[in-house]
Amino acid sequence: MDILRIATAGSVDDGKSTLIGRLLYETQSITKDKIEALESASKRKGLDFLDLSLLTDGLIAEREQGITIDVAHIYFSTPNRKYIIADTPGHVEYTRNMVTGASTANVSLILIDARQGVVEQTARHLSIASLLRIPKVVVCINKMDLVQYSEARFNEIIESLKPLISNTQFEGQEISYLPISSLFGQNITKKSDQMNWYTGESLLNELEAYEFANQLSQAESRFQVQWVIRPKTEEFHDYRGYAGKIASGTFKVGDKIRVLPTGQESTISSIEKFQDKLEKADAGESVVISLATDVDISRGNTLVLANDLDAPQMKEFSAKICWLDQQALVPGKTYLLQHGVHLGKAKISQIESRLDVINQTVETDIQSLKLNEIGSISLRTAQPVMADAYEKNPANGSFILIDEFSNSTVGVGFLN
Amino acid sequence: MSNINDKIGQFPRRLEDESIYIMREVAAQFERPALLFSGGKDSITLVRLAQKAFYPGKIPFPLVHIDTGHNFPETIEFRDWLAKETGADLIVRYVQDSIDQGKAKEETGKYASRNVLQTVTLLDTIEEFKFDACIGGARRDEEKARAKERIFSVRDDFGQWDAKRQRPELFDMLNGRIAVGENVRVFPISNWTELDVWNYIKEEKMEIPSIYFAHKREVIERDGMLWADSEFLNKDAEEIPFETTVRFRTVGDMTCTAAVSSEAADLDTIIEEILAAEISERGARIDDKRSEAAMEKRKQQGYF
Repeated sequence: MDILRIATAGSVDDGKSTLIGRLLYETQSITKDKIEALESASKRKGLDFLDLSLLTDGLIAEREQGITIDVAHIYFSTPNRKYIIADTPGHVEYTRNMVTGASTANVSLILIDARQGVVEQTARHLSIASLLRIPKVVVCINKMDLVQYSEARFNEIIESLKPLISNTQFEGQEISYLPISSLFGQNITKKSDQMNWYTGESLLNELEAYEFANQLSQAESRFQVQWVIRPKTEEFHDYRGYAGKIASGTFKVGDKIRVLPTGQESTISSIEKFQDKLEKADAGESVVISLATDVDISRGNTLVLANDLDAPQMKEFSAKICWLDQQALVPGKTYLLQHGVHLGKAKISQIESRLDVINQTVETDIQSLKLNEIGSISLRTAQPVMADAYEKNPANGSFILIDEFSNSTVGVGFLN
Repeated sequence: MSNINDKIGQFPRRLEDESIYIMREVAAQFERPALLFSGGKDSITLVRLAQKAFYPGKIPFPLVHIDTGHNFPETIEFRDWLAKETGADLIVRYVQDSIDQGKAKEETGKYASRNVLQTVTLLDTIEEFKFDACIGGARRDEEKARAKERIFSVRDDFGQWDAKRQRPELFDMLNGRIAVGENVRVFPISNWTELDVWNYIKEEKMEIPSIYFAHKREVIERDGMLWADSEFLNKDAEEIPFETTVRFRTVGDMTCTAAVSSEAADLDTIIEEILAAEISERGARIDDKRSEAAMEKRKQQGYF
């Protein structure tokens, strides 16, 4: 059974929480006691229908304000697959949360209010889906009930999206458009009975049918060592295994490998998962790899195939970055850079530009990058970083910056 | 939806890979981690994952149990067996000691439980051993406030959680850096649902305490739920215990975990029951019913 991860995004009041509530409700993912709690909460608000948005608007503060202020994770499953929704806030200031929620997504679900049409947030969402290279975008035109389920209005909105999409869509990114009404359950899990003009699938069927090829398995083989296992027991006296999760590609027993950054070479003698001995392991699998010869390997070192001569090792590089902290990014400051599990110091040499995510324009001559801003920077690191270009290998192409003093995660970078 | 039975026994294996990755990050990033063990199925799953993450090495951190004194005897028995079986170190600290030291006050009345009190003992234990990371079995599907919890959740000196101070978690990168006095709660099975846990227990052929399976027990009926009769339960005169066949879906204290009427004697039947269930898992936890925002409030105060 596979897992499809969805990031939802929308603007304030475009009905995102209601949409998710509706998906849960119609896939029978809500139990009776939760529905009862929902009924009484809806009544207290003076509503005569089930306010499905209350299912996901969890925190006290946001219930008071009536908006979502953080990333919430919601789960449902069908016999076909498990779904994880990262419900990211649609509030203007929260690009940070949107990037966070979308970072693991296979699908980005973007909501547009049929009455409002395309707004600034729509551009922001498409831009972020593009920055993170999310391979599939589903644009839901919601609240169709409030525009009399009008086909003309639907087409008008799609038409007005075109210039935006032509800027953000990358090769291989699939985009589909659905007219829906979350409130009345139109085109959510079953085809709408109000919009016969629409020939596409319901949202759930669209998600069920989406085949996300394991692109990570096809990328170059990368394995970062998390932990060295040395039991030193009688039975496993000389055992030395390198534990980690395969970031991308495939490793097989017998493969000749090289350790970065030391450059030592060896051969894989075994791949284990607990008591199982495997012949090969793929991207995403947590395994223990043993080598035929004694080499000096520590946490954060990367194993690559020995014949992969282009495997990266860099101390100077440029990256796109999204700033996540109240305290702005200043050039010249030293941060901790975490790439996978590898941690080292990094200095921001220069902010090259800032991206206007709404208009897709680039400004240069930038002195700082503030919370929620996206820009291009160049960096220098104390130790080599074994990262690929994000476009080529997303699993090995991102990093976070950590403030040495506050310990906060202050930025996320995508290697150029 | 097609037949619910289609979902049975299908554990998404990728979840295990991710949880093992998190376990290894805890061992690598912290000096004194601990695994908080409650005896429930979720913490048993954590022990299994820890075992797998470091095999053939032993689990590089202790199991810590905060014993409220109101545990089911079957849970305590199982805890001791599991520690022995896995060779893990076991540390037990008692809520009774916190009460005796005057740090916590026993609740009174019909709904008295030690569930809130264990926070005091937990924080003292963290201080005593200077634990900088505590692994717990909370899942995001359990409850709304938990849906927003991070995998690495930073707590201040008082164990308090602040929704606005949580670090963004991007991709699979976990930032466990903390200041002196702070600690981190780690939730490796955040993305698992109750069904995932049961399917995993089944696929892995794991042992679990006998109270999860249908058995005969003396209970009372209260607020439409079944309560295990015990010396710790404050009963009204009209609450007369009777014997019936029940099992537990979730295992907390005897005073705050309700039983469900069930004949399910094996995992397959339990999983079928869950799929057909009308009441969500935490619906059987009286402590959440105190108010709609109960969990969030308790979390702010350092509850797990």
